[in-house]
Amino acid sequence: MATQTAAASSDFIRNLGRLYGTYTGGFIAFVVLLALLEQAGVPNRVLGYLFVFFTLLVYAVIGVMTRTAQISEYYVAGRRVPAFYNGMATAADWMSAASFVGMAGTLFLLGYDGLAWVLGWTGGYVLVSLLVGPYLRKFGAYTVPDFMAFRFGGTFARFLAVVVLVCCSFTYVTAQVYGTGIIASRFLGMQFEVAVFVGLSGILLCSMLGGMRAVTWTQIAQYIVLIIAYLTPIIILSTRKYGIPIPELTYGQALQEITAREGQMLQQNLAVLCTATNCPPGSLKHHIEPFFNYSPLNFFGIILCMMVGTASLPHILMRYFTTPSVREARVSVAWSLFFIFLLYFSAPAYAAFSKLEVYTNIIGRNLADIRPWMFTWGEIGLIQVCGKNAASVDAVIAACKAIAGHPGVVRLQDFVINTDVIVLSTPEIAGLPYVISGLVAAGGLAAALSTADGLLLAIANALSHDIYYNMITPLRPAARYTVIGTIVGVAVLAIGVFATGASPVYGLPWNWLLLGGMAVILLGVAPFWAGATSVAKRLIVARVLLLFVAVAAAATASTRPSDILAMVGWAFSLAMAGNFPALVMGIWWKRATTAGAIAGIIAGFGLCIAYLVITRYFPAFGVEYLGMTSLYNPATGRPLIPDLAKAMAAPNAWEMWPPLAHPLANKVGWFDLNNINCGLLGAPLGFLVIIVVSLFTKAPSAEMQALVDEIRKPRGRTVLEEKTT
Amino acid sequence: MQKSNDEVHWRRTTNLMLTHLAVWAFFGYIVHMFVKPLNQIIIPVLNFPLGFYMAAQGSLIAFVAILFVFAYQQDKIDREHGVAEDD
Repeated sequence: MATQTAAASSDFIRNLGRLYGTYTGGFIAFVVLLALLEQAGVPNRVLGYLFVFFTLLVYAVIGVMTRTAQISEYYVAGRRVPAFYNGMATAADWMSAASFVGMAGTLFLLGYDGLAWVLGWTGGYVLVSLLVGPYLRKFGAYTVPDFMAFRFGGTFARFLAVVVLVCCSFTYVTAQVYGTGIIASRFLGMQFEVAVFVGLSGILLCSMLGGMRAVTWTQIAQYIVLIIAYLTPIIILSTRKYGIPIPELTYGQALQEITAREGQMLQQNLAVLCTATNCPPGSLKHHIEPFFNYSPLNFFGIILCMMVGTASLPHILMRYFTTPSVREARVSVAWSLFFIFLLYFSAPAYAAFSKLEVYTNIIGRNLADIRPWMFTWGEIGLIQVCGKNAASVDAVIAACKAIAGHPGVVRLQDFVINTDVIVLSTPEIAGLPYVISGLVAAGGLAAALSTADGLLLAIANALSHDIYYNMITPLRPAARYTVIGTIVGVAVLAIGVFATGASPVYGLPWNWLLLGGMAVILLGVAPFWAGATSVAKRLIVARVLLLFVAVAAAATASTRPSDILAMVGWAFSLAMAGNFPALVMGIWWKRATTAGAIAGIIAGFGLCIAYLVITRYFPAFGVEYLGMTSLYNPATGRPLIPDLAKAMAAPNAWEMWPPLAHPLANKVGWFDLNNINCGLLGAPLGFLVIIVVSLFTKAPSAEMQALVDEIRKPRGRTVLEEKTT
Repeated sequence: MQKSNDEVHWRRTTNLMLTHLAVWAFFGYIVHMFVKPLNQIIIPVLNFPLGFYMAAQGSLIAFVAILFVFAYQQDKIDREHGVAEDD
């Protein structure tokens, strides 16, 4: 029986090329079919539904077909995923809604400064391969906390690593579920909160049953959809404009045209130039000029934090646990970055083409002949002209008439665009049929789903494998029940607090429905519990927790925390401060001790999260007691809060958990350091503490040092296998 | 005293890591510190300002190249010291 399964699965691995080749062909045929349907007069709304539901169905089918009840299949896909395909899966795992929808928009708004994100989200893979990934593969962990526990003396290190993992992954997954909701609501016209839960059920279908194994094979399918969707519109646009179907080469021309047009707009009084003395909102910042949006410190800080964060994010590191060998793990990192690169080096082209379109066909035009593509987005408030939603020509004309002395043509400062629109509107700008817009929506959905899958799996694995299996099961029964009881109590309390504050959807008290649903699941699982083997128990716990975490993420997302990019940035900084020093020192410095690592994680992670929470939520406390000062405007060099004393004296200065619009929130800090970059404070402190404390404590045992040597040599069985046999 | 095979293997691994780390730092940070002067140079035919191009594409290509080269070189070191996995 066992050999049969092994033979069948090696057959499966051999046929991967043909399987995914057929799948790609099938997907293209499906797009062509929908294009024909469009020609036949099928309405756009129906096409949108077909796209979303068909792709969701495919992912769900793959998820169900690859379901598994084996531990090593569930946690690391049996360690059989070839480098090339693992690279594709990692790329899908990596590229989220923020990359797919948000990246080009950020580049559109920030110009050169936005490239900090492009650099930061690619270069980190070099660190993964050089410093961490292959060694963790040789170690043979199921999760990142596994390694921490082994190297740094057991339960407490494991617990800290789980805390770090849950903090950064949950921050990240909330942003993904939010992105899923945006895409689903925009293309299906659903209410946002409902869309969040529809997207969520798609995510769960993939990852619930098959764990890592199912997630891997769906992520590959999702990568294929997302990369086709991302590149198609821009390749067509480039061919139409410049006659060459390689947008990454032709947008240099577009950049030059943008620069020329920028000069022209200034001459014709269509824009105000942002200078060191005067930089009002909506003023022109040259697209290719650096450091108008981020100061050099924050620009390079973002690059470093995103790169180091990459090498510390558990959901990325665990993808390299699935390769057949250490060698393949290294090659796989290279393929991952290659597949990511395909999207990231195209994003600046999107930004350039969109900017050129806006500068030439909207700015400087008479209000009466603005290009109509923008009204679709204006209607839902994503494009504003003269301070009002640009829903129609009449609305725009009326809004601009209300401004005294308005010249009757659109000026740059009149025009506000939501960054999400850049990618989503490109098919319409290029005058392509609706089927391409649907394709882009399907791609964006694939990007958000695949990342959310990986993150949820990382969280659920840590909770089931690390907390339940490795920390709770070994306890004596009495202690075990106390711990479980406390955890359940806190969870119910937290959900209860949340539930009372949330709004109903379609008149249904959905938060109570959720609570009820969770109770039903728990009761449904209960009868099987007593009779289950320990392996089955572990997988039941993993699946139930997956469900709970997913619902909690959706619930958080449906409260619409603002600014996805900042939230994702926080996740990276937290991972950097909490994981990177301990991981790197654990592998590269045999002298690193348990006490050192634990102190280092607490100090580094603690500083990072404290800086983040204080600057965002308790800014007045930071100013009053911690010597924080206002951040500076990078273009003018003047403080963002002109009169700090006055702002502190204002009645709302000490408001608790204030919204983003609060006059102090996110605007104070030390050394003009944006809180996205809190890892820049935490990680060096973490390294320092690990080194100092390690040198003051007794060196690790000879046995431990020998095991570290084992991790450094690819040959042989994994260290965990050696230890258990 | 003769250094053991393992020690030499680890020293070579460390050196390889440091070399690639230096290349990574160059393309990740140092080259972008000179973005303003580099932007004065326009790449012929493609019309990109060089500073912008490095951040948008040049460094990314370098990162991908580093990874493939590193995977090849590290495997070579592992094989020479007999610590590579069986094929």
